[in-house]
Amino acid sequence: MARKYLQIIETAYRATIEEQDDTCVWIAHAMRGGGADIAVLLRGNAVNYGCKGQDASGLAFGEKRQSHPPDLAGDVAGLIGKGVAVYVVEDDCAERGLERSDLVDGLKPVKRAGLAALLAGYDQVWHW
Amino acid sequence: MDKKTLTFVLMDAPYENSRTTTAFRLIDSALRKGHDVKVFAYEGAVALSFARQAQHPNAVHGRDAAQEDHPNPKEWIVALQQAAAQSGSKLEWMNCGLCVDERGVGEVVAGVTRGSPVDLWKWSEASDNTLVIATR
Amino acid sequence: MANYLLIESRDPWESSDTSSWLELAASLAREGNTVSFFLVQNGVLPARRSAKSAGLTALAKAGVEVLADEFSLRERGIDAGRLADGIKVAAIDVVVDQLAAGRKVIWH
Repeated sequence: MARKYLQIIETAYRATIEEQDDTCVWIAHAMRGGGADIAVLLRGNAVNYGCKGQDASGLAFGEKRQSHPPDLAGDVAGLIGKGVAVYVVEDDCAERGLERSDLVDGLKPVKRAGLAALLAGYDQVWHW
Repeated sequence: MDKKTLTFVLMDAPYENSRTTTAFRLIDSALRKGHDVKVFAYEGAVALSFARQAQHPNAVHGRDAAQEDHPNPKEWIVALQQAAAQSGSKLEWMNCGLCVDERGVGEVVAGVTRGSPVDLWKWSEASDNTLVIATR
Repeated sequence: MANYLLIESRDPWESSDTSSWLELAASLAREGNTVSFFLVQNGVLPARRSAKSAGLTALAKAGVEVLADEFSLRERGIDAGRLADGIKVAAIDVVVDQLAAGRKVIWH
C-alpha cells in the first residue's frame, strides 16, 4: 500500500518572487498530482501562507515586469480543493496575530500540543 | 547487514550552508554500511553536480590552486559514486529538471540524471526510508 | 507506538523555534513513542553546559535519548567533559542506522 506523507512547511517567503511559487507548496501540488497520498502542515511563519489578501504584484526591474506574482493563499486553497488536508498550527497563528477570519477556508487548525498525535497518522514526515 | 534503500532530498546550493556537508556525511555513511542510496537534488542543490565547478587559489593563506585543493562538491559526488561501485552499493543522483533549467546548470557530472517531484515520490515509495534536508 | 529520530541542526541563539522542537520531542515521548534527538551542526552549541542547556537535560530526563554529533562537537571545540547532563556523544552513523531501522526521521 502507498505510504501516507505529511509535508511540514515552515520556512516562508523564501525566493517566492523568483520562483513565482513557494517551492515546497509547489512540490506538494506536484506530488499530489502524481498520485501521492499527502497532507500538509503549515507551521511557524508558513502559517501566514493561509492569510487572505497577500499581494506581491507590481514588481519590475527596469522594464522587466513580473508575469505571475506568487499566489500563496491561492495555492494553499488549491491543495484543499484537491482534497489535501492542510493543517495549520493554531498557536503559531495566534502568536502572529492571525485570526480565523484572516485565513482561507478549509484549513484544519491543530494545536502544538496535538502535533504528536497528528504525526502518528503518517508513514513519512518531511519537514521543508 | 540488512541492505536498505535510503533516499535523501537535498535543497541547499553549494558553499552556502553546513547542511551540504552533513548531507554528504550521511550519504557516505550509508554507502559505507552497504546501503543503496538515492539522492534527489531540489532547488539550489542541483548545482552540487554542476560539471563546471573549478578550484581556485587562496591568497589569504598563500596557497595556489593545487595547494588549496578547494573542495568542489561535484568531486564529492564522483568520489561517492566510485566508493559505491567498489562496495557493491548503488548511488543514484537525480536533479529536479526545472530547478536545473532555471539555474542553467544542466552540464553535470556523469551518472547524474534529471527528473521531477513525481520521480521523487516514486523513489520514496521504492525506498525503505527518506530524509528531507530542507533549506531555510 | 512508533519510533522517531528528531534531528536538530539549529541553535537557540539563532532560532527561537528550537524550543518547539524540544517540545515536540517531549510530547512524542509522553505519548509512548521511542524518541531520539540528534544534535548536529550549530545544534550542538547548547550541548556545552550553559543556561541554554536546560531544555536538553530535561528532555533526557523525560526519556528521550539526546545525542550530539561527534564531528560537530569537535568542529566547535566542545569537549565531551563540558557537555550538559544527559547528552551523549554519537557518530553520524546513528542517523543512518535509525533511518535503516525505519524510524520516522525528521530534520529541523
